[in-house]
Amino acid sequence: MAKEKPDLVYGTLDMLILKALQDDPRHGLGIADRIHQMSKDILHVEQGSLYPALYRLEAQGLIKAEWGVSDNNRKARYYKLTAAGRKQLAAEQQHWSHITKGIDLVLSGA
Amino acid sequence: MPRVRAWFYRLLGLFRKKQRDTEMAEEFRQHVDLLTERNIAAGMSAKEARNAALREFGGVEQIKETAREQRVWRWADEFFQDVRFGARMLVRTPGFSILAILCLTLGIGTNAAVLSWIEGILIRPYPLVQHQDRMFALVGKTRGVQEHNGLSFPDFVDFEKNSTLFESFIVDQITGTTLSVGDRGEVATLGIVTANYFDALGVRPILGRGFRPEEGTGRNAHPVVVVSYRTWRDRYNSDPQIIGKTQMLNGVQHTIIGVAPEKFHGTFVGYSFAFWVPVSMQETFDSTGYKLEDRGARWAEAYAFLKPGVSRRQAQAELNSIAQRLEHDYPDTNRGRGVELFPLWRTPFNQAGNMSPTLAISMAVVFLVLLIACANVSNLLLARSLLRRHEMTMRLALGAGRRRLVKQLLTEGLLLSLIAAAGGIAVAYWCRNALVLSFPTPAAGIIIDFPGQIDWRVLAVSAAICIGSTLLFAVVPAIHASHVDLSNALKTEAGGVLSGSSRSRLRSALVLVQISLSFVLLAGTVLLLQSLNKIRNASPGFNTDVIACNVDLGSAGYKLDRGKIFTTELFDRVRTLPGAQSVTLARVVPFGYAVFSSAPIEVEGYQPPPNEQPTVSYYEVGEDYFATLGIAIVSGREFLRSDDESAPAAAIINETMAAKYWPAKNALGQRVKVKDKWMQIVGIAKNANYRTKIETPMPFFYVPLRQNFISVRNNLLIRTRETPGAIMQSLAREIHALDAALAPGVPYRLQEQVDRVSYSQRLAVTLVGLFGAMALFLAAIGLYAVISYSVAQGTRELGLRMALGAGVKDLLRLVMSRGLRLTIAGIIIGALAALMLTRLMDNLLYKVSPRDPFAFGTAFVILFVVAFIACFLPALRATRIDPVKALRV
Repeated sequence: MAKEKPDLVYGTLDMLILKALQDDPRHGLGIADRIHQMSKDILHVEQGSLYPALYRLEAQGLIKAEWGVSDNNRKARYYKLTAAGRKQLAAEQQHWSHITKGIDLVLSGA
Repeated sequence: MPRVRAWFYRLLGLFRKKQRDTEMAEEFRQHVDLLTERNIAAGMSAKEARNAALREFGGVEQIKETAREQRVWRWADEFFQDVRFGARMLVRTPGFSILAILCLTLGIGTNAAVLSWIEGILIRPYPLVQHQDRMFALVGKTRGVQEHNGLSFPDFVDFEKNSTLFESFIVDQITGTTLSVGDRGEVATLGIVTANYFDALGVRPILGRGFRPEEGTGRNAHPVVVVSYRTWRDRYNSDPQIIGKTQMLNGVQHTIIGVAPEKFHGTFVGYSFAFWVPVSMQETFDSTGYKLEDRGARWAEAYAFLKPGVSRRQAQAELNSIAQRLEHDYPDTNRGRGVELFPLWRTPFNQAGNMSPTLAISMAVVFLVLLIACANVSNLLLARSLLRRHEMTMRLALGAGRRRLVKQLLTEGLLLSLIAAAGGIAVAYWCRNALVLSFPTPAAGIIIDFPGQIDWRVLAVSAAICIGSTLLFAVVPAIHASHVDLSNALKTEAGGVLSGSSRSRLRSALVLVQISLSFVLLAGTVLLLQSLNKIRNASPGFNTDVIACNVDLGSAGYKLDRGKIFTTELFDRVRTLPGAQSVTLARVVPFGYAVFSSAPIEVEGYQPPPNEQPTVSYYEVGEDYFATLGIAIVSGREFLRSDDESAPAAAIINETMAAKYWPAKNALGQRVKVKDKWMQIVGIAKNANYRTKIETPMPFFYVPLRQNFISVRNNLLIRTRETPGAIMQSLAREIHALDAALAPGVPYRLQEQVDRVSYSQRLAVTLVGLFGAMALFLAAIGLYAVISYSVAQGTRELGLRMALGAGVKDLLRLVMSRGLRLTIAGIIIGALAALMLTRLMDNLLYKVSPRDPFAFGTAFVILFVVAFIACFLPALRATRIDPVKALRV
């Protein structure tokens, strides 16, 4: 993985984290798993960028963290979307589809 | 909104740092544990699983660091780190820290205290008076003439009536009054003021009332008086029933109508008033006659309050146009006359005007103190930067960013200067009280009111200067470090003994700069001190040992003719007193309260420029006046007994007057017309001072008292070896022999009067002396610090030389010769710079050449001695240490 092209388009990680938290609260590893799974194993989130992103989102008030217990009875910090986070997600999703549509058009037009 | 939240969150993060860090560690551990379990489930062994998990997770600390940056401001985090580190550095080098903080503290604190004090005198000189920012002195002027004088009362009234840009006009003429107390005549300060005085100033009497408008009108029609708080307390024992009681003033019963508030001392810088009477009583208190309707008598000292928003220029323009109209309407008295608005601090008719040169010098000295303090600290920081060069290179080598280094050094500087600023505030606060203790005791009758409040703007400026310079120089080590080739630097710094010549060159440069700077500052300070001393010791031009005694016949009801007989008889008796070497009479005592006569004059053979009406002050003196006061007659003769009513009118002029009106010929024997009377000039006298020590010489003349006996209030002036107390006995005897009911005045030496007038100057001399000494002290310790620092840095070299067999004497000689050579070089540079720079302060100097050898010599001696000690002590210490240790340092 290391020294390869980054798996993620720059700046999209925040959006993906918000999306991963859309339905249920998750802990850090859970979020990484969820993105991995939702992308059908295409996207792989590094822990090194995951946690800074989580703290950034938390600082922005888009997600909220609290200590909980995981499925196998472990203590874990669970992140959950706030109302602001939900709004942000919607906005980013719309923006993203808009952009990708544009890019698709350009690429397919060639 | 999210942004505000994030901001708040980060702020919180700063304070909950520890908790958040443990939480983060916990979270990461859980994450790794989960990964480990997953790996075990996939069939790895426990150890393998954990290693794989850790590998996958990546550098924990690195993630933590990146994550932390998301949480708090990095700069704030670092800032606290820097503060902690800076504090540690300051504590580790206590000598440096104490010295630097001491210098800055003294600089900031004393600056704030003195400047506030000065500012108080200049800008808000009158306690309790409102709107002093709009208050201006109203001063009479004659076209083409330098000096100023008062306004005639009719002119004053016309200005008041015809102007629109002014809120109010007041007259406040200081004079003395004789109170009859028992068998003694006591003199107190009294103000002749317009009826609106207290209202215009916004000062409300604490008992009774101020004057009513009608009390300002009518000749001697309203004998009412407002007494000062102090007079009320001391003379009337704080009598609550005082209103309506009477007080005899200049022989007239006055009804007390009010008591002024405690802090109000009147509107005359340098004197505090005991009584105020309305202007209608002018004739009672002015021995030169009724002047309220005399447009030619320029006596009134006045102030004007501008309306809010009116500039001085606009107001002046309006006054000019009124003055022009008056000139046109009354050409005989007003030709060439005008008025000028002066800011309070330049008021020419009270101590404010006299003081401004002294205050300017004080400010200059205090500023020098601040400058020296800044220079000291800067040099200390620079010197220390040399020491820290190794530290800086080490940090750079370990990967610190240069910006980070600069930030850290800035923080250290800030810490230093903030501590100093806090100390400065404390010093300023303490100073304003302590300063008063060091003031000379005021002469009788003077109360100086000290504003006693620190001006925060002044404090802020001084602190800002110090902090600015500290920060500036604090960064130097970082700048240094950023030019260093790391590997090379590390090698030489660590291992070099007789290290890089650039380093020692820089050190020498520092010492050079400090010495030459100190030289300039010291020479400047000494010059200023010399000027002040000259001002203090300046001779007023007459013998101040002469004893004066007021003979006030007005209170006893004498009229002019009887008064003249009495005065002549008394004069003859006093002349024969044993011990009286020379006796004379004068209507007014020089440097006294009373006003000299002044009148338009006509000079035979002198054509004044059109639009100019020469007006000259003069005064009435008895025979032997010049001999008694020790004023030399340059040519002609002194007044004689024979200059009496039957003799032709005579006058003696001073040198300035002779030069002005008879520039090309001898004035002796020429004639001058005063008040329709032609007088012949019989003598030319040397200039003397009349009101203050630092007044510019003005034309002035004297007339014989016998030919101009205009007042029954005169003064005996006696030159004697006796004390005033002894004279008083015999005087009282002689006076009572002539009139048993008459109260003799209290004799005093003219020096007392001179002291009273120049009190504020003596005060400033004391202050400047104090601060000059402080400047010397600061410069000395700064110099010592820098030199000893640089010598101490050579310790290792000395150790090596010792190890190679050099003796203590050799080492001392080496260090001393090197240090003293630097000192001499610094002094030469400093002296050259001073020669050029002190010329800039020429206008601050009073009768002292900007190249005065004494000042330069003093600076040289002080610097040399300090430099010698500063080289010797650390060198001695260095030779005492074990060479092996020194090499290991």
